[in-house]
Amino acid sequence: MNEALLQVENLKKYYPIKGGKFGKVSETVRAVDGVSFSVREGETLGIVGESGCGKSTTGRMIMRLIEPTEGKIIFQNRNIMELSKREMRKARKDIQMIFQDPFASLNPRHTVGHIIEEPMIVHRMGDKKERQKRVEELLELVGLNAYHARRYPHQFSGGQRQRIGIARALAVRPKVIIADEPVSALDVSVQSQVLNLLKDLQKQFHLTYIFIAHDLSVVRHISDRVGVMYLGKIVELSECEALYNHPQHPYTKALLSAVPVPDPDVKTDRIILQGDVPSPAHPPAGCAFHDRCPAAMDICSKEMPMLKTLEDGRKISCHLY
Amino acid sequence: MFYYSIKRLLMLIPVLLGMTLIVFAIIHAIPGNPALTILGTKATPEAIHSLNRSLGLDNPWYIQYFSYLKDILSGDLGTSIQTHTPIASEIWPHLAATIELSFIAMIIAVFVGINAGIISAWKQNTVLDYTAMILALIGVSMPVFWLGLLEQWGFSIKLQWLPSIGRDDIRNSVDPITNLYLLDTLLQGRFDQFWMVLRHLILPSIALATIPTAIIARMTRSSMLEVLKSDYIRTAKAKGQKMVWIVYKYALKNAFIPILTVIGLQTGLLLGGAILTETIFGWPGVGLYIYNAIQYRDYPVIQSGILVIAFIFVMVNFVVDLLYGLFDPRIKYR
Amino acid sequence: MPQASQAQLDPSGAPAKSPMTFALGEFWKSFRKNKPAIAGTIIVLLFIFFAIFAGFLAPQGINDQNIRLKLQPPSAAHWFGTDDFGRDILSRILFGARLSLRVGFLSVIGSIVVGTLLGIIAGYFGKALDVIISRFFDILLAFPSILLSIAIVAILGPSLNNALVAIAIVNVPVFGRLVRSRVLTVKEEEYVMAARSIGMGDARIIFQHILPNSIAPIIVQGTLNIATAILDAAGLGFLGMGAQAPLPEWGKMLSDSREYIQTAPWTVLFPGLAIVLVVVGFNLIGDGLRDALDPRMKN
Repeated sequence: MNEALLQVENLKKYYPIKGGKFGKVSETVRAVDGVSFSVREGETLGIVGESGCGKSTTGRMIMRLIEPTEGKIIFQNRNIMELSKREMRKARKDIQMIFQDPFASLNPRHTVGHIIEEPMIVHRMGDKKERQKRVEELLELVGLNAYHARRYPHQFSGGQRQRIGIARALAVRPKVIIADEPVSALDVSVQSQVLNLLKDLQKQFHLTYIFIAHDLSVVRHISDRVGVMYLGKIVELSECEALYNHPQHPYTKALLSAVPVPDPDVKTDRIILQGDVPSPAHPPAGCAFHDRCPAAMDICSKEMPMLKTLEDGRKISCHLY
Repeated sequence: MFYYSIKRLLMLIPVLLGMTLIVFAIIHAIPGNPALTILGTKATPEAIHSLNRSLGLDNPWYIQYFSYLKDILSGDLGTSIQTHTPIASEIWPHLAATIELSFIAMIIAVFVGINAGIISAWKQNTVLDYTAMILALIGVSMPVFWLGLLEQWGFSIKLQWLPSIGRDDIRNSVDPITNLYLLDTLLQGRFDQFWMVLRHLILPSIALATIPTAIIARMTRSSMLEVLKSDYIRTAKAKGQKMVWIVYKYALKNAFIPILTVIGLQTGLLLGGAILTETIFGWPGVGLYIYNAIQYRDYPVIQSGILVIAFIFVMVNFVVDLLYGLFDPRIKYR
Repeated sequence: MPQASQAQLDPSGAPAKSPMTFALGEFWKSFRKNKPAIAGTIIVLLFIFFAIFAGFLAPQGINDQNIRLKLQPPSAAHWFGTDDFGRDILSRILFGARLSLRVGFLSVIGSIVVGTLLGIIAGYFGKALDVIISRFFDILLAFPSILLSIAIVAILGPSLNNALVAIAIVNVPVFGRLVRSRVLTVKEEEYVMAARSIGMGDARIIFQHILPNSIAPIIVQGTLNIATAILDAAGLGFLGMGAQAPLPEWGKMLSDSREYIQTAPWTVLFPGLAIVLVVVGFNLIGDGLRDALDPRMKN
């Protein structure tokens, strides 16, 4: 296996809530609470979880779009957290991002050509002519036409806009792309086209993806390894097929049992979770999942389980193992 | 509610401090030596030097500011150059005159403005609505001083219905107790004088009320239009309640918050407009006091006059903030 | 590939049309239907015309005195009558349009430039700077505006230009707060997040992404503020804190002729009418712009 290109250690983001008398910090929301994982060169790491579990925050913290409260992000043997603002801006050349909402992430006042060219202007790549040539190449690369450069985002469909977003991310030849729910705003029929495009581009340019999504089947389709998040923590991380075929953590099992199966004759044992996801401001003591876990034991409400590595290389955070 | 009030009160402190700093800066930014202004151009250098020392003007500015702050907190607003009297002792009659005038103007503005707005919204797109809104537009565009002059010309000079100058007749002046003349004449049982004072109030208070009336009318109309469209109004209508009843009871209650905000903001306009109105109508309020001080370059009076008016404005908005909760149960005091 | 076949191949079909042009078209469509706004535009254009061509239009110069013809009522020779120096009031009002419009436009431009700068700093960089700037705005807004203008003019000395500066300063927080809140909103848009993610610097984000998306409300507020700036300048002129004699500033004209109100009411009537008309004009345009540019801003 390749060595880790990007390594995240004990990443945390706490938001203080001001309230109570005279604006004292009354409580803290632990949006991300000690996440660690590593990504190898050329692979796709999927991150799944329900909305509000902290997966998007994690993605944005890797780019330092949101400043982490604590933790290390090591990229190519350098801790990104120690970079100055200016160095960080340069480092973003190597890590790019694709956003969820193709309608909101493109400035409606700029032409598509300008949107794709902008990263190259920012990183001072080539002269105007070279950049425009590259814009045209990129447009064709993502399955659009060179003449689309003169158009504005509102003249494109959602799928086309997401292709524009991908072209923008590719413009500066990054090594890592963080895709934050890149297809969840798209029609199902368009989703697979965009996913296949992402796969092709990965092969062609040897890209590394961190793929964040709530849709389990989408993640399965594209990922080599998958991490499952619950309330700001990774509960299980493993090879994709192993995770989907033999889920170990009770939460993963419950999530997978909720995926609809195309064949109506197949009877699945659906695990229905009790209650709602607790507020990240008041996570339950011990294991954050214990109050909804069908297999909860006494220890679960007292002690927080550590992330353990099982024999098959799977990482899991549960007292059952 | 209690904690909220305390918190709001504490938040006032930086604003009030900033106000004193600005007012302090004004007097110190004015070109020329204050001692020279006080003593006149024929003063000897020694006299200027000793006055400088006794005024503390040879100290660095922050020391001067702190002693200024100390003076204000102990109720010392400085001494008028013109009359050589402490401003704190001579400002109250002026302040009372301005309060009386502004209060009456606010009552007019709220009463006329809210009713005009409600009727406009209720009879939307009728001649009544258009007339009210055109009047409101002209109202917000009206220079107060011009309107005042026209009133004097029409109602005092031509028609001779109402007095155009001052708070009372010189030959029949009110014996001040609180200096709020309407109150004083009532306390003394002088109903003839009460009537006289009221007649003096009519023209200036209408002039002063014009712009706030127009703004309140426009604001009321648009917030009423929104409320009248809502489901609970339709329900009330369906239940067969009388429209007048619905409009005034249900709708007004919900439209009151934005209106309250405007009233809070209008107080500033009213107090600012007072300087123009009082100048025209010879109304002996703080506005005229400041205006006369400007003519005489009586800087301590300008300084303290502005400070007092700004202080009142800030306090009115503080009270308005607290009143929100009484009218809107959705606002939680945290 | 020839242009024509490209258009056919293009799935979206529409020719490249900037959203700006698109928005302008939409805006004009809705503004044109707004009769009061059109009326306001005509009034303001008329006054701008007066201001530019006052030299040709005015029957007399602003200081052509003729004591024998003082305080003449309106007549064929002097449509608006004459004042206490026998000067033609119509001519003075036409030239006065120059002064009032200049104060209105320049002071608002000044407030917009400074207010926008401070608003961006407060909204974009936040933290301590935001607290300081916002408090500063709060404090300035704690003074009734005309009183603060008076105080500033007292420092600078009474003149029309100093009145202009004072009015500009007093209105800075109005635009500062507006821009700050726009910046806070736009900053959370995903395309700004995207701009940061490609490594874009703050200056470029502000000028490329945030400012262009904050312009509409600034224009609306600016138009409405021209109206109040003209009113305030006239008020300062009336109090002797603005334009000085013999400038034909409308507020100053009113205060000079108030003692003749009994014998020559026209000396008071016409300058005041001019103020009301031009202020109504700007208010109508401002209301129309608000309705057309941003229906949500309707209050």
